[in-house]
Amino acid sequence: MNKRQPMPTQDAALRTTNFCEVNLGYTDNQAKLEAARCLQCKNQPCVAGCPVNINIPAFIHLILEEQIQQSYNIITEDNLFPAICGRVCPQEAQCERLCVRGIKGECVAIGRLERYVADHVPSCEVTTPKKLSTKIAVVGSGPAGLTCANELAKYGYQVTIFEALHAPGGVLMYGIPEFRLPKAIVMGEIQKLKSMGVQIIPNAIIGKTLTIDQLFEDGYQAIFLGSGAGLPRFMNIPGEQYKGVFSANEYLTRINLMKAYDSSSDTPLYPAKRVCVIGGGNVAMDAARCAIRLGANNVIIVYRRTEEEMPARVEEIEHAKEEGIQFKLLSNPIAIVANNHQEVCALECVQMKLGPLDASNRARPIPIPESNFQIPCDSVIMALGNYPNPLLSKETSTLQVNSHGCFVIDHTLMTSIPGVFAGGDAVSGAATVILAMEAGKIASQSIIQYLQQKNSST
Amino acid sequence: MYKILEKKRLRPTVTFMKIEAPLASRNAKPGQFIIIRVRPEGERIPLTIYEASNKTISIIYQVVGATTRLLDALEVGDAILDVAGPLGTPTHLPVNQRIIIVGGGLGCAIAYPLVRSMQEIGNEVTSIIGFRNRDLVILEDEFRSSSTHFILVTDDGSAGESGQVTIPLERLLQQDFYDVVYAIGPLVMMKYVSLLTKKYHVKTIVSMNSIMVDGTGMCGGCRVSVGGDVKFACVDGPDFDGHLVDFDEAIARQTIYQPTEKAHDQRACRLLQKVPHE
Repeated sequence: MNKRQPMPTQDAALRTTNFCEVNLGYTDNQAKLEAARCLQCKNQPCVAGCPVNINIPAFIHLILEEQIQQSYNIITEDNLFPAICGRVCPQEAQCERLCVRGIKGECVAIGRLERYVADHVPSCEVTTPKKLSTKIAVVGSGPAGLTCANELAKYGYQVTIFEALHAPGGVLMYGIPEFRLPKAIVMGEIQKLKSMGVQIIPNAIIGKTLTIDQLFEDGYQAIFLGSGAGLPRFMNIPGEQYKGVFSANEYLTRINLMKAYDSSSDTPLYPAKRVCVIGGGNVAMDAARCAIRLGANNVIIVYRRTEEEMPARVEEIEHAKEEGIQFKLLSNPIAIVANNHQEVCALECVQMKLGPLDASNRARPIPIPESNFQIPCDSVIMALGNYPNPLLSKETSTLQVNSHGCFVIDHTLMTSIPGVFAGGDAVSGAATVILAMEAGKIASQSIIQYLQQKNSST
Repeated sequence: MYKILEKKRLRPTVTFMKIEAPLASRNAKPGQFIIIRVRPEGERIPLTIYEASNKTISIIYQVVGATTRLLDALEVGDAILDVAGPLGTPTHLPVNQRIIIVGGGLGCAIAYPLVRSMQEIGNEVTSIIGFRNRDLVILEDEFRSSSTHFILVTDDGSAGESGQVTIPLERLLQQDFYDVVYAIGPLVMMKYVSLLTKKYHVKTIVSMNSIMVDGTGMCGGCRVSVGGDVKFACVDGPDFDGHLVDFDEAIARQTIYQPTEKAHDQRACRLLQKVPHE
């Protein structure tokens, strides 16, 4: 009982040749065995660890009772997208971290059970809510926008989501690869929103296609901005403009949203055999694991600290290693080297050592003098994180942003423009799917309050 | 879906198309572009807006790869899968200035609306438009009637003056004073125009048509070095100071995906042969 049920996975050698999902999900028997490990604690520490406060013990108990529909209904009271969160939430840092089982053994695999319920529910139909005449605009259809739209639609508001790309889902579609989060699952979750009456308008770049002022003119009473963190960081080292250097955003968008891995796709990819991915987060793991699936012989993660400081989830690091990704740690890139055709041929790095803790409470990497070395490669992918996309703030002079380009908000998540709220990566800088969902949920409550006050005062 | 309302062959390889796009046309201004996708497996490509009015967007395109080939197979009444825009920063329109606008090849489709807008707000506009040969000349009458002075150039001299656009441009710059030059066309043309105007100390704006995916600043594929800083053509541009752009780098970056693009274009040809269009 001290060990959790292992997640069945696709064989490592086989999966590097396809984009099918790596984690296969629990069997019925595994789910029941795992559910039985839940102690049903009275004080429910796990619930407090969940950003959207799902009633975890309740949904787990219903798995034991084989009441999957009821279990699903419990989850979706607080989170409309369990099939997504069960796959990509960092549960080990949230609900599972507080699990009492974890004190003496392994914590209950809450995330895997959430996924099990979402994948096995007989019907994920949602009740169509009552209709109010008030129109609300949601900008961006990533996790924050979708969650906010869901809560507002449940309340009865008429919600329209404006998405800049041609498909809704935000980072769930363009960022997270198929083998970690199948796009059919994302589309299925979004379909639930549509069946609630939420309208999604693609190809609408708010700030360009329509301004914030125009949204108000068009009759929207409140606006939620969930425009995400979509401005890629580069290192500003020499050689970043050479052919073969890409932001992880570009690389992953070509592969995930534009399906460049599929031979029928018109979207081109740079044919790379030896790929260096710079960074140590989930995005770096995603890019590296895509590269190996696309036929690279060598894929090397280059990170300036050690594995311990890597922000990526342990599971992602483990999966990457199983798939043959190499790790070049304590190495900081200082230049990209190219051949006569301006094509990348090596990444020059300096060896680092760990120093005292920095502001993020991680050991600060310090360069070792005269320790330069080169890693031969034909492509370099920069997975260094993102700044919030400045497009909207640039086009909206009254919308205040801080020095990092994040929207400035008050305690109700309202921005400097009355009636305009914001949440997710656009406010926090790049973070996780579930934190964006939490923000979307909080903002929805603020919007409801704001509109009630506005209507009662007029 | 975005319905095609008009399609007109201007030249065997150059086509005008008017598309129903109520959202994208609402705020569109000269110098901005749209991103289109023509089939579910299709890529996203940027195309500069030729004209935006009354809920429509017009473009002028040339078949250069898979997506423009598939686009070209569509007829009036058919629909384009996705039209997103307007993207990019609109071209800054000066007033009461002496302006030269240089257009090269398909770039003339972008240069013409600029000529018209500049002229309308009271600038004195000289247009120099260049093509490889007579058969590729587009919008000649439009340029002629909207410009104060008009010069046509072809590489082989089959229409107008013979040679490159830089020849009449240098002649003008030697004879007279101009406030600003706009150059829109192939990278090589914009490079040589910028080198020339630098010699004469005339401010020059170029329009960068870089490779991009989203057009909103997310992918960074369109990055251009401008005066030593990295800029994104999609949001910071497409217009930049021609004297500061690193053209050699831009020319190299333009070919990043060339081998794959060729293969995809060949596939598009095969696809179209299988499903011949009426």
